[in-house]
Amino acid sequence: MSVCMGARRLVGLSLSRSSWILSRGANTSAKTLSSLRRISDPKKDRIQKRDITSCNVVQPLRSENKVTVNFINRDGETITVKASPGDTLLDVVVQQDLDIDGYGACEGTLACSTCHLIFEEETYKQLGPISDEEMDMLDLAYGLTDTSRLGCQICLTKSLDGMTVRVPESSADIRQSDGSA
Amino acid sequence: MRNIKTAFLSIHRLLQASRRHRARSLSACRLFSSYGSSPKVCIVGGGPAGFYTAQHLLKARGDMFVDIYERLPVPFGLVRFGVAPDHPEVKNVINTFTQTAQHERCSFLGNVSIGTDVSVEELKKAYHAVVLSYGAEGNRSMGVSGENLAGVFSARDFVGWYNGLPINKELLPDLNCETAVVLGQGNVALDVARILLSPLDFLKRTDITQQALESLKASKVRRILIVGRRGPLQIACTIKEVREMINLPETKADMLPGDFEGIAEALKDLPRPRKRLTELMLKTLKVDEGGQKASNLWGFRFLRSPVKLLPDADGKRVAGIRLAVNKLEGSGEEARAVPTGQTQDLECGLLISSIGYKSLPIDPSVPFDPHTSVVPNDMGRVSQTAGLYCSGWVKRGPTGVIATTMNDSFETARILVKDMESGPLDLSVNKAGSQEITMLLQTRGVKPVSFSEWEKINSEEVRRGEALGKPREKVLDVEEMLKIAWT
Ligand SMILES: Cc1cc2nc3c(=O)[nH]c(=O)nc-3n(C[C@H](O)[C@H](O)[C@H](O)COP(=O)(O)OP(=O)(O)OC[C@H]3O[C@@H](n4cnc5c(N)ncnc54)[C@H](O)[C@@H]3O)c2cc1C
Ligand code: FES
Repeated sequence: MSVCMGARRLVGLSLSRSSWILSRGANTSAKTLSSLRRISDPKKDRIQKRDITSCNVVQPLRSENKVTVNFINRDGETITVKASPGDTLLDVVVQQDLDIDGYGACEGTLACSTCHLIFEEETYKQLGPISDEEMDMLDLAYGLTDTSRLGCQICLTKSLDGMTVRVPESSADIRQSDGSA
Repeated sequence: MRNIKTAFLSIHRLLQASRRHRARSLSACRLFSSYGSSPKVCIVGGGPAGFYTAQHLLKARGDMFVDIYERLPVPFGLVRFGVAPDHPEVKNVINTFTQTAQHERCSFLGNVSIGTDVSVEELKKAYHAVVLSYGAEGNRSMGVSGENLAGVFSARDFVGWYNGLPINKELLPDLNCETAVVLGQGNVALDVARILLSPLDFLKRTDITQQALESLKASKVRRILIVGRRGPLQIACTIKEVREMINLPETKADMLPGDFEGIAEALKDLPRPRKRLTELMLKTLKVDEGGQKASNLWGFRFLRSPVKLLPDADGKRVAGIRLAVNKLEGSGEEARAVPTGQTQDLECGLLISSIGYKSLPIDPSVPFDPHTSVVPNDMGRVSQTAGLYCSGWVKRGPTGVIATTMNDSFETARILVKDMESGPLDLSVNKAGSQEITMLLQTRGVKPVSFSEWEKINSEEVRRGEALGKPREKVLDVEEMLKIAWT
């Protein structure tokens, strides 16, 4: 867990892009990440862009290292999948082709909040710190709870094995945010 | 890197989508084979609402055909022409829209203006159902004298200009003044302020138009006041946008501490989003009391409404704005601004009014509520008009992020499918769909732009962008777009 969270950092725009691929690719080595960090010094980068999770976990080779995740979908149906540590919950939804309407619209770049998930209290506590940027997007999510997180920011670890996450109901009536006036 | 990522995800999703659709189509055909013809639906407007409605319809029924009509030769509505150039992540939704457009049962027909080239009545004849998703193309006016002075712009036009909306390409705003006032405190107002104060070295790596970049290079704007009629607890923008203002380099927040009296005490009762936003604003007061060095200033001005725009000595250009000083009646989100009778003048050489977009009526046969400026509807079913639906800003009014538009479009699609299955929409009649409409268009001398033709424009824009070190350089002229599409 701590490894995964330790790899989170505020990154410049160019790095957000790269780290996104890295988090998707299997082997995100610490070496690659730190060399990328050098290219884009967050202090120099004028607008500090979002905190993208970089899952600094080496992909296990054997399938028994997989983690079980239960998704309770909007219709109440539970979908159980096996996924690899190091993947984000967005990766899981995409790779396993889970039928969750509109999930992950911004493709994991902390710009949409459509990957909102609700965790059980105990699991939530294990997820580690949450960045200001993730909180900012979560604040726009419909049906925000005290144990809400954005799935694209959550990396799977062995200790999360067997967890259950709930997909919040979507409502057509989200008027708390204002994109225009 | 970005392309690799996009390609990876697109291929991945494409494979999955086609797998899923094949399976669904087969079972759906079996299910619905008792009907006379396959359901044909058309959507008016190729923005997020149009694409999300189409996506849900195609998924819900494996026998449904969906055509998207768009006025411009290019798709994606405000994702292309509204969303700020420094928010490329928000534009990732384009990847999903592209997959929808490339779906075998979906067609995109650009360069067709509904209400002008084809009427809604004609669409209703050709399709089982018509979904209006044509957004909000007008803007609310301030309703005060002086709106026509040089140096006064609507945010809609200003945003359209820096984002390459063809109709705004001649705007060429004169940025030769130190102070700009933005009226309105929503996210669009903050987009405008941020673009005006962002370092050029950063902007030149975005898809902002080269033309806008040149104007911004010559800009003298150093101070932006963002004016709202109510107080800090009613501000309409979201926290991400305020944080972006705070993080602008060499830029300092210039707030009036007096505006925040009593606000800290109110914090504890606020819902989390409002609380965090307010805390962030309060924090800027503290940081900036520290006197950090900055060449640019931005700040909110609260409890002010426009009275009139003040002209310069020649009477041609704006030189300032007279504001009514308000007080609040009531509290919380519902608090109302009431004028105190006092006024205050602010000097400015540029005034951008960002008090809201507004939908316009599309066709006399379509109901339209002039007070709320939306198509009256119940969950997307247009009132008293069978076969007509709506989604997005024209359904709900021009507020909310793309995710909001997505949810309400899914709702409209669900309702439409329900109406197909439970009666109100008669599928036993055969409808000719786009065949009938393209024939009409041909006789009227209108040639639609297909999605693969848009992809030619897209490639050309990306190619032009590469030469400049940008993700794309938009084509600003409709004629030129058409030329690229058809050669
Ligand atoms: C300046 C600005 C910045 C924004 N930034 C963000 C952001 O960063 N993040 C976010 O989540 N949301 C943002 N939004 C909100 C988001 O853009 C909207 O939620 C969304 O675009 C609404 O979708 P729509 O399809 O209803 O309207 P639109 O996007 O306006 O699409 C309507 C489409 O219909 C077409 N059309 C109009 N009339 C006709 C006709 N007669 N015939 C055929 N076609 C027609 C138009 O050309 C257009 O393509 C922003 C909005 C604005 C205005
Ligand atoms: S996918 Fe958009 S914020 Fe997570």
